[in-house]
Order: sequence, then structure tokens, then C-alpha cells
Amino acid sequence: MSAAGAVFGDLRPDFPLLAASPKLVYLDSAATSQKPRVVLDAIREFYETANANPHRGAYKLSGAATDAYHGARATIAKFLGASDTDTLIFTRGTTESLNLLASAWGHSHVHRGDRIVVTRLEHHANFVPWQQLARAVGAEFRICELNEVGQVDLGQLRALVTANTKVVAFGHVSNALGTVNDVREIVKIAHAVGAVAFCDGAQGAPHLRVGFDALGVDAYAFSGHKMLGPMGIGGVIVRRKLLDAMPPYQFGGDMIEFVFDGDTTWNTLPYKFEAGTPNVEGAVGLAAAVRYLDGLGMDAVRAHEVELSRYALARLGEIDGIVVHGPVTAEERSGVVSFSLGDIHPHDLSTMLDVDGVCVRAGHHCAQPLMRALKVTATVRASFYVYNTTADIDALAASLRKAKERFGAHVG
Amino acid sequence: MPTSADGGAGLAALYQERILDHYRRPRHKGALERATGVHSVKNPLCGDDVTVAVLERDGVVVDARFTGTGCSIMQAAASMLMELVRGRTRSEIDALSQRFDEMLAGGEPDDSLGEMSALAGVAAFPARHKCARLPWRALAETVDGRR
Repeated sequence: MSAAGAVFGDLRPDFPLLAASPKLVYLDSAATSQKPRVVLDAIREFYETANANPHRGAYKLSGAATDAYHGARATIAKFLGASDTDTLIFTRGTTESLNLLASAWGHSHVHRGDRIVVTRLEHHANFVPWQQLARAVGAEFRICELNEVGQVDLGQLRALVTANTKVVAFGHVSNALGTVNDVREIVKIAHAVGAVAFCDGAQGAPHLRVGFDALGVDAYAFSGHKMLGPMGIGGVIVRRKLLDAMPPYQFGGDMIEFVFDGDTTWNTLPYKFEAGTPNVEGAVGLAAAVRYLDGLGMDAVRAHEVELSRYALARLGEIDGIVVHGPVTAEERSGVVSFSLGDIHPHDLSTMLDVDGVCVRAGHHCAQPLMRALKVTATVRASFYVYNTTADIDALAASLRKAKERFGAHVG
Repeated sequence: MPTSADGGAGLAALYQERILDHYRRPRHKGALERATGVHSVKNPLCGDDVTVAVLERDGVVVDARFTGTGCSIMQAAASMLMELVRGRTRSEIDALSQRFDEMLAGGEPDDSLGEMSALAGVAAFPARHKCARLPWRALAETVDGRR
């Protein structure tokens, strides 16, 4: 392996924040990614050349804004492998997407005595909405446990997904451990009993080729800001027949067809689920981001991350006292390595790494039910993306060794 | 360039030996029989928690102990705080709490805080202020919410 590492050359010059801080070691892309210049340029260009409220005015400029918004939807849908463009609903991000599903689909399709199944890996955003739906309607809420390396126990899942199960909600990739789930198998288990399979793709879409049409899931939620796009934009792709059978999620402008004094009819897809003035700059920025990713190629992105993960597992493995949580091999995980170092508290570690310019996440990773199962209160998580190199991992390892020395005897 | 504090010097101040000593050998850690007030608080950011129990007699804290899990800063702060509050009245504790907050805001060690003045180095790490304040928050509730 070359010093820069892996599949691409050094992409840092494409990312203004990283280019301006050559010593910064950014290893928290699972929280949010850095943004390439092309994304920032696209947002600026929209405001400088096409800004107006889409779908509103009969004037040309509004038409330009409408075109920009729709063009972005088409670009992103294609990138995610969805042929039915208008089934991609823009939201603020994965959290809103999952709330949309739990609220609009859930309240109209899940009833007393039904069952909802999630997994122990879920981020709170794919856990709490379903837990609260179950409480509200009197449904059962069941959690599928993991095997000893942090993968969904498919045998247990088969047993849990009974005939009264209406939905299986699961992540494509775990944000806390990096586990890549066997989506097709989980879908098969859900569909065998007529349940829908909803996938939280917040950590999947940035790192893996999604291929929505072939994946088999009934809905796939994602966030733009984790895949080089801006914050505040994301979406959910949902099978058309489910969207048609769901009531709107929010009411307001754009989502209506006719408003009478006593009742209202709904607009067609995707507008039925997009109330109010949309986040056009976000959509345009995200479209630029997926074009950038397309330029790299998602297979190459995946290969790059597997290589970085493999390198990280090897380097961290050389440090006495490091315990890595989650799957054993780089191939079984996304670019996430979650670990503990002796009895050093993750916040102490994170502070010490920060002083060396190494940004990692310390905490429960919005997955408290998972942390309880791992019997830790928190872990340190390093996560990689296209702009990271083996040099970043070397810096992480060096900083960890220093931290260990400072805390001395209590490690190991 | 967004890094905390001033590199190694800040870190040395944050993790000075006095703090690490309290972390490794916490004082007054454990349950307190016949406590007159007990309160637990959690730091939702990291899941850390601390429980403070006090025994007050005639308006004076005569004993104080803590239990809980957390980072070195939280543990050291709790250990030092238990020492600091023995023999103090509630209004004295309130005044000390105020001085502690001022120390975190300003970064200058405050001798009236005893060993806790060693935590002045936390000032340079805003992300860690919560850790140092956590035991104070628990303590305030035990005093206010006397059973």
C-alpha cells in the first residue's frame, strides 16, 4: 500500500475545510462528512442564478428553481438506484424520514396486538419512533439481539418476525459498530410474513451502492450531510403503493390539491409528502455531492474504506489494551472502528486525541440500548470516508499511544 | 484551526497529577448510610452518571459520598468536591459552586476551592465543562431536596 493509502489519490484539495487545515485528522465522518468545493459551489450557483420559490410563480425564474429542485431529485434517485423518481421524498434527513414512516405509515397500518421488530443495533432515530408508535397504538415492540461480534442474529430474527408482525425496521450499516447488515436476508424474513421492511440508510448510502430497486426494502431513508452534501437535506424512497396508501405526514402549502372549507384533497407524489417551501439549496447541494461520489464510483469508495478499515484494525491491534467492538474483518464492516483503550474513559481519550488534531467521536453514538448490551457506557469511534488516508490512521495510532502513556498503569 | 486549548500545555494542565490521583484513588466513594439527601444526575452526552449522598446535621454537611461511572474529570471533581463540602453550610456551598463556575469561565485557579482549584485547566476545554460540573449538580439537588 502506498503511504497515501488505498484506492484514490489524496482528495483533500477538493475539500476546502481539510485543505485549509493540513494537520487536521478528521475521523468523524459517521457523524457528518466534510463537503467538497463542488457542493458549496452548487449551492452558491443556485442562489446566484435560479433562486425563487419553486412550484409557485408563473415567471421564468420560478421555473428555473423548480427545474433545479426536480433535477436534483432525479439525480439522487438515480444514484440510489430508484427508477421511480417521484417516490423519493425529500426530508430534513434520516431522522425526519423515519419519523415520517412511523407516523404516516405506522399510525395508519399498525394496530393493537400487531408487532414491530427492530434490532439491537439501531440508532435512536430508528428505535424511539417505533417504540413510541407501539406504545401509542398498543402494539408489541420487540428487539432482535446480536451475536458476539455485533451482527444481527438472523435465527432470532426469524423467530421474532411472527405472522402479526407489520414492520421490521433495521439499519443498513450500524453507526456505532460499522456492522453491514444482510439486507436481502432481513427483507426475506419480513416479507415471508407480509411485513414491510424499512431500512435506515444513514450509514449505508454514503458508503455502499444502494440499488434501491433490487435491494427489496419497502423504504430506504438517508441523510445528505453524511454523504458529502449539506446539512438539513435527506430523504426517503418508498414503494409507490405504500405512499399511495399513507395519509400525508404534514399539512400546508404545496402538498394540497384543492382546499375546500370543510375538507382538502392531496397533491400527487412526491408533493403529497412535502409540505411548505422545500429545501432547494439542500437538494441542489446533495445532487452535486452524489455526482462527486459517482465520479469516484461507489465500488471504489467501498474498496477504499475496506482498505482503510483493514489498515486501522491492524494498527490499533498493535496497541496493547485496545478492544475493538463489532465485526472481526474489514469486509464485514463499513468504515467505522469503535473501540475502548483499557480503562481510559472515552471522553478523556477524545480530549487527548483532539489536542493532536485528531477528531473522533466519544460517547454512546445515539445507541444507548446497544451500549447497554455491550456493557459499556461509551466507546471511541473513528470513522473514515473518501478523503481519509492511512496517514490519518497512523496519526490516530500515534496519538492513542501518547494517551496511553499519560494515563499509564491503568491501561491493559 | 479548530483544536482545543493550546496543545500539550493545556493537556498537561487538564490531566495534572493531582487530578489523576483523585481519579485513580477516589476519596469518599461509596454508599452513605443514614444520608439525609441523595441525588443522581446523568450526562446524556456520554451516559456518565454520578450519585451524591450527604448527611446534614444542623444545617451543616457532616459527611458526603459519591458513586457513579465517568471520565477522569468527573470522578476527580466528585472526589475533590466530597472533601470540599465537609463542614460547610448550604449557603457556603452555594457560594463555592458559584466560584467554581467562575473558575471554569475564567481559567484562573481559585484557592478558596481547595484541591478543586486544580480543575482550572478544564476551562480551556469547553466540551468538558459538563463533566466537571456534574457532581455539583447532583450535590445541589441533595441539599435543596432534603428528605
